[in-house]
Amino acid sequence: MLMRRLLMLFCAWLALAASASAQTMAPDVLVRDVTNEVLAIVRADKAIQAGDTRRVIELVDAKVLPHFDFRRMTMLAVGRDWRDATPAQQSRLTEAFRTLLVRTYANALTQYRDQVIDFKPARFAETDTRVQIRTEVKQSGAQPIGIDYMLEKSDKGWKVFDVVVAGVSLVTNYRSNFSQEIRAGGVDGLIRSIETKNRSLEAEQTRR
Amino acid sequence: MKNFAARLTSVRMGVRAAPLLASALLLAGCATTARNPADPLEGYNRAMFSFNEQVDKVVVKPVAEVYDAVLPEPLHIAIGNVFGNLADPWIGVNNLLQGKVADALSDMMRFLVNSTFGFLGVLDVASEAGLPKHDEDFGQTLGRWGVGEGAYFVLPFFGPRTIRDAAAFPADLAANSAWDAGHIPTRNTVTAVRITHQRWRLLGTEKTVDEGTLDKYAYVRDFYLEQRRYKVFDGAPPRVYEDFNGASATPLGKGVDVAATTAVENLELLGGGGLMLAYGPAADESGSR
Repeated sequence: MLMRRLLMLFCAWLALAASASAQTMAPDVLVRDVTNEVLAIVRADKAIQAGDTRRVIELVDAKVLPHFDFRRMTMLAVGRDWRDATPAQQSRLTEAFRTLLVRTYANALTQYRDQVIDFKPARFAETDTRVQIRTEVKQSGAQPIGIDYMLEKSDKGWKVFDVVVAGVSLVTNYRSNFSQEIRAGGVDGLIRSIETKNRSLEAEQTRR
Repeated sequence: MKNFAARLTSVRMGVRAAPLLASALLLAGCATTARNPADPLEGYNRAMFSFNEQVDKVVVKPVAEVYDAVLPEPLHIAIGNVFGNLADPWIGVNNLLQGKVADALSDMMRFLVNSTFGFLGVLDVASEAGLPKHDEDFGQTLGRWGVGEGAYFVLPFFGPRTIRDAAAFPADLAANSAWDAGHIPTRNTVTAVRITHQRWRLLGTEKTVDEGTLDKYAYVRDFYLEQRRYKVFDGAPPRVYEDFNGASATPLGKGVDVAATTAVENLELLGGGGLMLAYGPAADESGSR
């Protein structure tokens, strides 16, 4: 009886410890682990290297997406007009932009060969709620390409809300284009444009 | 520090006037129906952009694909290393002109090491030895000196530039052709291989850009402009991430130059085009440190 109670207590403690570690995993460790895990899969998967988009999107969905805050990303991409969007528009926009970004990320991943990724030492304090984790992709005969991840602490752990490649934010780089779309056709116009783009790419992929 | 930054800014203002005037003249001359204030030459630029895309599609990209298929990977790397090595002295000169003496010396050392131990630059042994490759050109040097970037400007064949970078480009071309052989056919072959190699490095990225953007022209433009600002100051200006749900923005990190932060905040507050709306030269400030 005592044994069983002890065992239950131990299991409860284990479960608690496991969920706590997932939530408080340090941002630099998180970025390194996810990157290494994903690249190991890409390196071993000939279909992905040959450009099988559907397969790599599945990989990104499973391993990368849980660590991204797409609502925050969409807000940053849209800029000031975000405030004028209704909650319904905001969620549709987030959904559409997420699909577009995932495809972009997946396409970039199919280009990965055997480049070495250098994880820069991260500097942040225990109390920081926003950190930048810097990595570098080494390439022979050329300057390394910097890829920086911006993360924010949430109650569900650290979430990436921007990726900066070679000094350019892949999120805010959409802003001038998106505001032009909004000026021309309102928030609904922007949603329509992104959804149309997503649908045409999806159709193209099915045809192939 | 704040004082120094302020003084630096006022010095820049003066230097900035010239290119601004030049771009204003260009703007007046073209009088297009541009909608983006950061891109007054948008009408011309879009036309030139699609012309370049056509040239790429018909000639440059197919050649790069053959280059990719025919040569083995080690040879691609060797060719890239040789061109990279020949470019290092001019990179060093630009670092020197920008007052970065240590980087300039490192570039000269790279050239010496790679030209000898690296078999005329075939191997990049300098990188292994802890002398990293830099990325500098005369446009960046002018930017460092405080010359504003001016309007976005797409060159035929050579692609995205700003007015400043387009003006600096002949110097880069001349410096990098200092190595060219006197023998004309040899020189032409070397130039063709160089262009092909540069395009080869970008193979595959166009799918990502094509599929990831609603307007490729705008995406490439904004990417180019932001990256140039990053390169001129050898690092990103401190980024400000606004919260459009209402809360006020907090700058990233500590000990960030107050003047720089304020500059970026002001730019971001303009909303819409973000940095773009702030228009070229003024945006340079965001990187001052």
